[in-house]
Amino acid sequence: MKRILPSYIEHLGEVTPFTYAWDMTPPTHLAPRYCSFSKPGNNKLLPNLREAIRQSDLRDGGTVSFHHHLRNGDYVMNMVMQEIAALGLKDIRVAASSIFPIHAPLVDLIRSGVITAIDTNYMVGPVAEAVAHGLLHKPAVMRSHGGRPRAIETGVLKIDVAFIAAPTADVGGNINGVHGPSACGSLGYAVADSQYAKTVIAITDNLIPFPIAPISIPGTNVDYVVVVSKLGDPKGIISGTTRITKDPLGLMLAETATKIVQGAGLLKEGLSLQTGAGGASLAVAAFMRQEMIKRKIQGSFALGGVTGYFVQMLKEGLFQRILDIQCFDLDAVESLRDNPNHIEGCASFYANPLNKGAAVNYLDVMILGATEIDTNFNVNVTTGSDGMIMGGSGGHNDTAAGSKLSIVVTTATRGRLPIVVDEVTTITTPGETVDVLVTELGVAVNPRRKELEPALRNLGIKVRDINDISAEVYRRTGKPKPFSPGKRIVAVVEYRNGQIIDVIREQGR
Amino acid sequence: MEVKIGRAGSLESCDVLITVFPQAAGGLDIRIASIVEQQFGEQIRVVIENTLAETSVHDAVIEVRDRGAFDYAIKARLLTALGRAGLVKGARNE
Repeated sequence: MKRILPSYIEHLGEVTPFTYAWDMTPPTHLAPRYCSFSKPGNNKLLPNLREAIRQSDLRDGGTVSFHHHLRNGDYVMNMVMQEIAALGLKDIRVAASSIFPIHAPLVDLIRSGVITAIDTNYMVGPVAEAVAHGLLHKPAVMRSHGGRPRAIETGVLKIDVAFIAAPTADVGGNINGVHGPSACGSLGYAVADSQYAKTVIAITDNLIPFPIAPISIPGTNVDYVVVVSKLGDPKGIISGTTRITKDPLGLMLAETATKIVQGAGLLKEGLSLQTGAGGASLAVAAFMRQEMIKRKIQGSFALGGVTGYFVQMLKEGLFQRILDIQCFDLDAVESLRDNPNHIEGCASFYANPLNKGAAVNYLDVMILGATEIDTNFNVNVTTGSDGMIMGGSGGHNDTAAGSKLSIVVTTATRGRLPIVVDEVTTITTPGETVDVLVTELGVAVNPRRKELEPALRNLGIKVRDINDISAEVYRRTGKPKPFSPGKRIVAVVEYRNGQIIDVIREQGR
Repeated sequence: MEVKIGRAGSLESCDVLITVFPQAAGGLDIRIASIVEQQFGEQIRVVIENTLAETSVHDAVIEVRDRGAFDYAIKARLLTALGRAGLVKGARNE
């Protein structure tokens, strides 16, 4: 990688520039967890959010955390931050596993200095735009879904108050996500927060008698419970069923990706698979399903953000288990609730590189998307080619590193924009962890995985040098004027191992 | 040639909508709005200017609303719009 990364960043201090994916210097101990206790008769139930924030003793300069399972239907982060502002607190760091367009009201709090720092794995919408435009006082830290629990468990990301949206809770603070009017399914991203935050506040719109069943986050981690009228908008929490793409190009790419899995020798008993939830990723699942039925193969597990399509494959016996960190639709929520082979996992179990073996390490095949991929196989899913923040790793660089075979599936151009480029605008996932690229202009195999090529050619797949694909792309689109950013660093992209893999500079207005 | 407003293209993804307003004098006024303006705004202007030079059109307002069209599509849409405006011969009418 040729880009030069700083080793000191204002407000963040010393940082370690990226070296290689498994470069890790683990501390000997995890961070200490806060100790507090509750006697018989103690009441965790507080009358309102303001009282809970007062009890938490949050101060100026503190860090509050949120999980994103309510996605673009989430009312909780806005509601909490308004209360924090109303209490006159300022200089707050928001550590939210993801930030969506519904969180637009936070922009005013950034302007007024209530929020001065953001720590997140993915952001899109007005808050992301405000950060890209340099409104936030300190650089935002963008981690991965596995990097976040690593940072929390090792004490790099210290949380003062974790606010946990709890679709169902009891007076003891036990929580699950599968019941109630705002059911969202898995609560996997909130687990580390509940363990390591100084104070943990559960916010629910469905308080039912103690003890609830199932218990997903135990009340032994929870200090206070607050009841509100509504956690979120169910339409935004649970998307409608994502349909498999009908676009013939998307289907062709998916069919090729499935052939590559076969060529790599992974289309066999015990297969494990993760795909994204988009229509094109689901198409890969659809082709895999056909092949698995035809060959009478049973897979071991499907991982990740779970959609109804994988639920159907579980029901059909094509997978033994689903390991679920986040549910994308109602089918997934119901399956997690009702099917004992559909299990809830926390983000650390999913993807943390610094525990004793995350699930991604057992993953055979990962189907990845890309906003850009360059001729060194580096992938950008964080910014557009105009430098605007519009995403983030999520589990992208975790699954790429963990899986035996990571396949990027994308069209070579999107509209006029080249996707296979000389150099990505922002690196999210290092090329050393990306094995194969599938486009309509051909398939490119990472030179590190040269051994895959003969088998792919034998299956009739057109294997090309990625430089040739990129050159052809530029012949079609013309060379875009590169984004010329400002000097100021507005965000850093932290790789899952804690090293800084890229920085994002200010976008002009 | 009858002179009138000429329009060609669409606002579909990967297409461009070009509207030509002929004027008797006053030179060229090219107005570009594109979803890829930052990356390709200058290139789009070059294609428009070259095509206008090739067709010897010197006085017109050209409104370009681009949705990520390739150069050849931009050129083809412009030629058709110019034809419909009566500024070049041989282009298909609506």
